[in-house]
Amino acid sequence: MAALLNMLVFPGFLFLSVFGMYCSFLERKLYARLQSRIGPPWFQPYADFVKLVAKENIMPEDANPVMFSLMPVFALTAVTTAVLYIPIWGTQALFSFTGDIIVVLYLLTLPTVAFFIGGWYSTSLYARIGAVRTLGQLFAYEVPLFMSVLAPAILAESWSLSGISLYYSQHPWYCLFNAIGFVISLVAMLAKLEKAPFDIPEAETEIGGGCFTEYSGRLLAFFKLALMIEMVVGGALLSSVFLPFGLASGPVVGFILFLVKSVIVVGLFAVAHALLARLRIDQILDFCWKLMIPAALVQVVVNLIIKMVIR
Amino acid sequence: MAQSNSFKIPIGPQHPALKEPESFSVALRGEKILGVDIRLGYNHRGIEKACEERTFLQDVYLIERVCGICSHSHSTCFVQAVEEIANLDVPKRGLYIRTLFAELERVHSHLLWLGVAGHEIGFDTLLMYTWKDREVVMDILAMLSGNRVNYGMNTIGGVRRDISPEQIQEVLKGMDILEEKTKYYIEVASQEATIINRLSGVGVVSKEDAIRLGAVGPTARASGVDRDMRRDDPYAAYPDVQFDVILDDHNDVYGRTVVRLKELMESYKIIRQLLKKIPDGPIAIKAPRKIPAGEAFSRYEAPRGEDVHYVKSNGTEKPERVKVRAPTLANVQVVKHMLKDRYLADMPIVIAAIDPCFSCTDRSIALHRHDSRKRDVVIWETVRLAGIEWYKKNGIDFTALNKRFMARLQK
Repeated sequence: MAALLNMLVFPGFLFLSVFGMYCSFLERKLYARLQSRIGPPWFQPYADFVKLVAKENIMPEDANPVMFSLMPVFALTAVTTAVLYIPIWGTQALFSFTGDIIVVLYLLTLPTVAFFIGGWYSTSLYARIGAVRTLGQLFAYEVPLFMSVLAPAILAESWSLSGISLYYSQHPWYCLFNAIGFVISLVAMLAKLEKAPFDIPEAETEIGGGCFTEYSGRLLAFFKLALMIEMVVGGALLSSVFLPFGLASGPVVGFILFLVKSVIVVGLFAVAHALLARLRIDQILDFCWKLMIPAALVQVVVNLIIKMVIR
Repeated sequence: MAQSNSFKIPIGPQHPALKEPESFSVALRGEKILGVDIRLGYNHRGIEKACEERTFLQDVYLIERVCGICSHSHSTCFVQAVEEIANLDVPKRGLYIRTLFAELERVHSHLLWLGVAGHEIGFDTLLMYTWKDREVVMDILAMLSGNRVNYGMNTIGGVRRDISPEQIQEVLKGMDILEEKTKYYIEVASQEATIINRLSGVGVVSKEDAIRLGAVGPTARASGVDRDMRRDDPYAAYPDVQFDVILDDHNDVYGRTVVRLKELMESYKIIRQLLKKIPDGPIAIKAPRKIPAGEAFSRYEAPRGEDVHYVKSNGTEKPERVKVRAPTLANVQVVKHMLKDRYLADMPIVIAAIDPCFSCTDRSIALHRHDSRKRDVVIWETVRLAGIEWYKKNGIDFTALNKRFMARLQK
């Protein structure tokens, strides 16, 4: 019963949806203010969601109905599950086992795969180009993201997220060693969330809506919700690995700190969106493989050396 | 698509990247463009034919609606042709006001373009900023003419509204604001890495190709083609003002951005000179209802490039023939050339970089035969040759200007 409550209400689906949509509002508002626009009212994402859910579902005739309607739910489930292994209000997550950091990273990859499959099976040319771009981009950012998130684990000598945040909240200043990794994982997370300058898969001026071109109504709403939740979960993952300050100071303070950290990460996303133009897919591959991966490697080496010195 | 390695994707007639209905059928291999088929004609409104049914004066207003952005360009080009046929001597003050509007229009068109270009490369902040600043010049236009887009300023024999000294002060104030902003955009365009990455090396067209394909306006000037009607064939008040023709040798979309930004600075310069030198006197002379028989060919440097109007009168109050060649038609073949072997992601910005206005272009003669897929096109060269011959007959020789062009024709 408690597990079900955790899954569905807190910190699971309900909390994540509400907070994810609120973060989405914050991002849009900040983005708008940076462009000297007024921006949406606070309830805009909620209203959008309700409206989309109420709309008719239209499925292309040639699309595979099972895959087409399964993928949004699949993406949503994956991101909601991931949060159970991330420490949010303390150093201990709801569930944890050795190696859960890798499971979380994979759970966060699943939505991208779901976007690809959903786009592919909707049999529209635009959706298929978007799907191929999604996958191409996945190969670009996934490697630096994994390397930079796993580097702190080397220093903490723990392969569970709870273990990592426990170690870093005991040695808060060790976080500074992971600065490169934090920047890299922020950029990679931007690419994972398909946010500017990495919004290539859904570049509306090029290919309509990318993977989501044929989606409408409830299914589109689920996809959008999955992306918003992924933003929160991704932010939570980064803050538990790279910024575990104050997690040991009790659940209430820890929880408020979690909210603050998430909002800061979302703010950084909005600033990047406002300041940068969209890159091309070849430029992203270049950028990730020539710049981010060497930098992530440096981070791994740095942590290995520090570990030898400290321990 | 899954079976073969190349496929066709339709961009348009309805597509988020296009503001007007035009069809680009793009053959793709992966992300690479193999070729593009452009099909015009979704927006044909038959304005040329409609002009023959109306009087010259009514046509001024009809022609103004050829384009939403360069409305003043088309109407000026048309009245210039009619005035030439009727041998009207337009008062200086009228010409100055006409030129003032032409430059204000260029300012608002170039600022609009900058925003659109930002949007096409996913940089919406630039769009929001430039369009906010564009309101300054839109307000000036509204103050001077009462309208934001179709100003209704031109009439045969002059302009319809005078400007007051207070208005001149307002315009000068606006120019100061815009000059400041434009300097900032020039700085942004020369420093912002993602913009340069997305724009440079994209849509390259060499100087030779630009001449061969008949590119006009900023598209041609960004490839180093020294071509500007304001200097080459001065009209209105342009002989009285000093300005530089902006050239660039980047040959790509980045070059086109630089040219447009620097042209904005030139426009502010021209506007200041005009307002300083503007003479007193009447703004228009009365034109006869019936225009004597004759024909004229008028050239005008619109914000997008050279605009050409041909008007033939048979001595009645209605023209016998009106022909409009909007700048986009001259540039649309260049787009096809620029897109070859590029990435799909570059397509929106490459198309946008010529500042296309498809509904203007659809007034031109570019007929697709549905059954035989043949094209009937009155080639630009033919029109141009006819123009040169006509001017020669009237004692004006452009041979020196067009030496390169003639040499190529003889080849």
